[in-house]
Amino acid sequence: MASIQELERIASQVRRDIIRQTHYAASGHPGGSLGCTDLLVALYFDVLKHDPSFNMSGKEEDMFFLSNGHISPVWYSVLARSGYFPVEELNTFRQIDSRLQGHPATHEGLPGIRVASGSLGQGLSIAIGAALAKKLNKDDSTIYCLCGDGELQEGQIWEAVLFANHHKVDNLIAIVDWNGQQIDGPNDDVITLGDLPAKWDAFGWTVLHMNGNDMREVIDVLAKAKAATGSGQPVVILMKTEMGYGVDFMQGTHKWHGKAPNAEQTEQALAQLEETLGDFPERQ
Amino acid sequence: MLQDIVSTGKKATRDGFGAGLLEVGRNNPDVVALCADLVGSLKMQDFIDEFPERFFQVGISEANMMGIAAGLATSGKIPYTGTFANFSTGRVYDQLRQSIAYSHKNVKVCASHAGLTLGEDGATHQILEDIGMTKMLPGFTVINPCDYNQTKAATIAIAEHEGPVYLRFGRPGWPIFTPEDQTFEIGKALHLAEGSDVSIFATGHMVWQSVEAAKELAKEGISVDLINIHTIKPLDEAAVLTSLAKTGCAVTAEEHQIAGGLGGSIAQLAANKQPVPLEFVGVNDSFGESGKPIDLLNKYGLGVSDVVAAVKRVLDRT
Repeated sequence: MASIQELERIASQVRRDIIRQTHYAASGHPGGSLGCTDLLVALYFDVLKHDPSFNMSGKEEDMFFLSNGHISPVWYSVLARSGYFPVEELNTFRQIDSRLQGHPATHEGLPGIRVASGSLGQGLSIAIGAALAKKLNKDDSTIYCLCGDGELQEGQIWEAVLFANHHKVDNLIAIVDWNGQQIDGPNDDVITLGDLPAKWDAFGWTVLHMNGNDMREVIDVLAKAKAATGSGQPVVILMKTEMGYGVDFMQGTHKWHGKAPNAEQTEQALAQLEETLGDFPERQ
Repeated sequence: MLQDIVSTGKKATRDGFGAGLLEVGRNNPDVVALCADLVGSLKMQDFIDEFPERFFQVGISEANMMGIAAGLATSGKIPYTGTFANFSTGRVYDQLRQSIAYSHKNVKVCASHAGLTLGEDGATHQILEDIGMTKMLPGFTVINPCDYNQTKAATIAIAEHEGPVYLRFGRPGWPIFTPEDQTFEIGKALHLAEGSDVSIFATGHMVWQSVEAAKELAKEGISVDLINIHTIKPLDEAAVLTSLAKTGCAVTAEEHQIAGGLGGSIAQLAANKQPVPLEFVGVNDSFGESGKPIDLLNKYGLGVSDVVAAVKRVLDRT
């Protein structure tokens, strides 16, 4: 068990990695990545039973699927920092001949990635498939899937939500990054999601709430979610986050959804984030 | 010998799928099946009766079905998805592309009611673009067997192939003319009849149409080298080129748009390696309509007489 303080220190480094990856790539999605940093750090450094030597089928392991693949910088950082591949490789993000594609992919063989994502709405179905396989294999580990909130506008998500209830896929924890923002603006201006808790509840899921930018609460609610598995219902955590969390000028706006910081902004952002584990080297 | 190719009765290719699924389910415990509310149409009930825990009813949500299949495959299962060809491809193209093809998932996309011979339901369901869509996806294998026996054998064989497969079959009762309990070899074209004047490369239901056409042409002294291209991708290039070297001209026949199907694959190969006159039997940039299967094939240029006419056209060009 990592302490909250240790996890927060790791999260600070991961946030630096996000800023630096997107800056060097001059592209990518820092906003959602920063918002989901605490969750991914908690999962990979405390909650998940997982093996960084990585095998695709994940037998006897908890498995994490990222449906909103555009927040790849946070996932790459957390995977590298937890031993799936060398931290140095983070400087290849979005460059030619890299395993760190703009959106996560298996094609180049990057350890830790089990399915490509980026085209939205597909990850929850995949997570359900993996959860069904666990049941068939009498493997009692847990499947986690992170989706964006804007992503819930995709119809396939609701197909999956119906299925998981009907088939009692209760070894599955879905997490919605409920930051209220998407590319074109606030969800409520684009297509309102309405009463999300009531919707998931009406679809037969156990609904939990979490402040995704409070490490202690993240750890507590993930434990509650785990305890709620096996009860005949799938579990969803509606995770309130702030897009851009940890960097003041990126926080709470959709403007940094898909925009990379320039040199000056990068410097300004890094000044707010302690370097705790050593930065990855800049690409030569 | 051409004259030895005879129909021993009629059954639908989708029945061959159902029989094959049951058998492969018995042979391979990793095989699981999913269906989007078309169990009866896909003939999956026998599998479900014997392996209820290995079957997942997804309801009318094909995109979700493809994703769940990709997830099952990630964990080492061999999922067979069952729905109509239209809903197996066009409706879920992005799921096939990202979650299955790009992600290298070992999913078997099994698609019934392909083409015009779906019949009375009409053009909304008669997909004629599915071979093109699936053959364009990197890593996908595309198979369109010709009769009940071959569909059964193909259904069994694809479990042994690691990688995504599109298996296309149809609705109507159709002549059975290939051997029972044959071994299906993916990517290995079958030489049905030896001939010297013209090659016919046919796939799916159009193989039987081409057999009948070849018999008519034989009466006029035209000798057809008849090849069953059950696997459109990967194409058996050696078999095609050997035949073209012998005959110097060819007709392709498929229950699909001419653009983007088997004809396109053969034409591309011929253009690169061995340019010869070609004619294409298929649907020419049009949708289908309601009607009886044979009437539709005739109306849209896929009748036996159309294959005969295409052979004569191509011979005139040599």
